[in-house]
Amino acid sequence: MTSKKLARGVAVVGAGMSKFGAFSDKTSRDLFVEAFQEMKSSVSKGLDTDKIEAFYLGNFSSDQFEKQAHLAPIVANWVGLSPIPSVRVEGACASSGIAIREAMLAIASGMYDVVLVGGLEKMTDLPINEVTEALATAADTQFEIPAGFTFPGFYAAMATSYLHEYDASPLAFAHVSIKNHENGALNNKAQFGQTIPQIMASKKARAVKKGRPEPTWQTEIDFLTDPRGNPNIAWPMTLFDCSPVSDGGVALLLVAEELADQFSDAPLFIIGSGQASDGALTERESLSYIPAAVKAAQSAYEMANLGPDNIDLAEVHDCFTIAEIMATEDLGFFQRGEGWKAVMSGKTARTGEHPINTSGGLKSKGHPVGASGAGQVVEIWKQLHGIAGERQVPNNPRIGLTHNVGGSGQTCVVHIFERRNNDE
Amino acid sequence: MSDFNLNSKSFYTALNSNKLIGSKCNKCGKLVSPQRSICPQCQSNDVEVVEFSGKGELAAFTVIFVPPTHMAEAGYSNKNPYCVGIVELEEGSRVTAQILDVDVQQPQNIKIGKPVTMTIIERGSEDEHHKYLAFK
Repeated sequence: MTSKKLARGVAVVGAGMSKFGAFSDKTSRDLFVEAFQEMKSSVSKGLDTDKIEAFYLGNFSSDQFEKQAHLAPIVANWVGLSPIPSVRVEGACASSGIAIREAMLAIASGMYDVVLVGGLEKMTDLPINEVTEALATAADTQFEIPAGFTFPGFYAAMATSYLHEYDASPLAFAHVSIKNHENGALNNKAQFGQTIPQIMASKKARAVKKGRPEPTWQTEIDFLTDPRGNPNIAWPMTLFDCSPVSDGGVALLLVAEELADQFSDAPLFIIGSGQASDGALTERESLSYIPAAVKAAQSAYEMANLGPDNIDLAEVHDCFTIAEIMATEDLGFFQRGEGWKAVMSGKTARTGEHPINTSGGLKSKGHPVGASGAGQVVEIWKQLHGIAGERQVPNNPRIGLTHNVGGSGQTCVVHIFERRNNDE
Repeated sequence: MSDFNLNSKSFYTALNSNKLIGSKCNKCGKLVSPQRSICPQCQSNDVEVVEFSGKGELAAFTVIFVPPTHMAEAGYSNKNPYCVGIVELEEGSRVTAQILDVDVQQPQNIKIGKPVTMTIIERGSEDEHHKYLAFK
C-alpha cells in the first residue's frame, strides 16, 4: 500500500502552554488565555491574530468537568477570535492530538492557511470520585465499566499481560516514574516539580514533624515498593505509576507551508501523521501492546519516509508507567519485550539513545486529558529549537515525535515534526 | 432460535436468565461475546445468537484498590479490593468480568492462564441489585 501525502505541507509556527496543575482560581478559558499569550510570543516573526481563520479545540469533557459544553466558540471569543469557525474535537485523552491532525487536514485541503489548535481540560473542580466517573465514560460503559474496571485497571491488566508474556520485572514501572519525575523537576510548567528523592525527603520530614517514625527508605526503589509510601491503585499499578488529575491549556499555531517563513525563523513541519482506532480491550489482537498505536506509527513513518532510528526524541502517552514501556515498543524504538529493559538501563533518559518524555511526561508534567496531546508538541517545539534549558537533549535535535493515546487504546495519533531553519 | 435478540442490551437480559450469550456467524463461523449484529471478522450480517459454555481462562487481570462508585457501593475499598480481568472463552472470544475466589491480598499469586468458569453475581446498592458476569 502506498502511503498518502498531504495535498500541501503544514508547519507549526507557534506553541505555548499554561502551567499544568490544580488551579482552583481559574476556569478552562483562563488557562487557554495563558497558553494563547505564550503561543503568540513564541511566533518569532510576530502574529497578527486577525490572520487566524479557524480554531480546532481538543477537549475531552468540559461538559462533565465544568458543566460547560460547546466550549470551542466560547474560548475563541475569550481570546478575541469570533466569528471564526470554532470546533471542539473529542477523542478522550487524544482529543488535542486529533485536533492537530484535523487542523492539518483542513490546511492541506486548501480551505484555510492559518489555524489555531487548542488543547484544554479543567478537571480539578470535581471531587475525585466524579473525576473517575467522568474519565470512565471514555471506556465501553456498557461492558467494561460494569465489570468493575477503572482506567488504572485497564493499564494494570495490560501490565499483567506484559509481565507474563515477557517475564519482565515490575521494577521497570518504578524506573519510568523515577525518570519522568527527574525530567519534570526541570520543567517549570510541570505539575510536580520534585524528583522522587525530593518527594521522599519531604515525606520523611513530614513524618518527623507529626511525631511519627521516620520512614527507613534508602533508595527510590525502597520508597516505590513500600505500599505505605506508594499505595496500590490497581495492582500492579501504584500511585506513582499513575498520572495525576490536572488542569491545563495549550495553544499551537499551524500554517500552510508556503506561509511558514513569514511567521517563523525555524518552523516545525509536520512530516508524518497517523491515526488509528480500535474496540474495547477485549477486542484487541494483543493485551501486551496497543495495536492502534502500532498502526498510527506505521502510517506516520510511511508518510515521513523515516523509521524509528531517525527520531531524535519522543513525547509518548505515559498516562500510566506501563503505557510508556508499551509505547516505546509500539513506536519501534525497541523490540517487543525489550522496552522494560531499555528504561532500566537508561536508554530512554535525556542522554540515552532514545530520549522519551523529556518534559516529565504526563506522569510528572500533568495530564489535563484534552490538553495532553498538544502539550507534547510544546516540548518538541522547545527541544527542537534548543530552548529546553536544563533538560535540553544534546546534539541539536531536528526530528521529534508525539504519541497520544485515547482511552485504553481505542484511539492513537502519532505525529512527526522536522525543524527547517529559514537560513538553511 | 434463541430467546434473545442481537441488540447489545440482550447480553444483560440473558445474564438475568443466568446465561452467557454471544453470536455465531453463519458465513465464517466466528463466535463472539457479547453478540454482534455484524460479524467482526467477515462483516456478514448472517449471524445468530448462541449460548456460550462459560468456560475459559484468565488472559489479564488487575486487583482494584481504588474502586469506582458502583463498586464502592457494593462494599469494595482499599481494605477490601477486588479482582477484575479479561477472560478468553473456550469459544475464542474475550469478555471483561469480575474474578472471584482469588487471593486479592497476594495478587502476584494470581496466574494468567488459570482455568475459570462463569458464575452470575448480583451487586448493587441497598435498594437496587443487578446481575453481572463473573468467573471463578
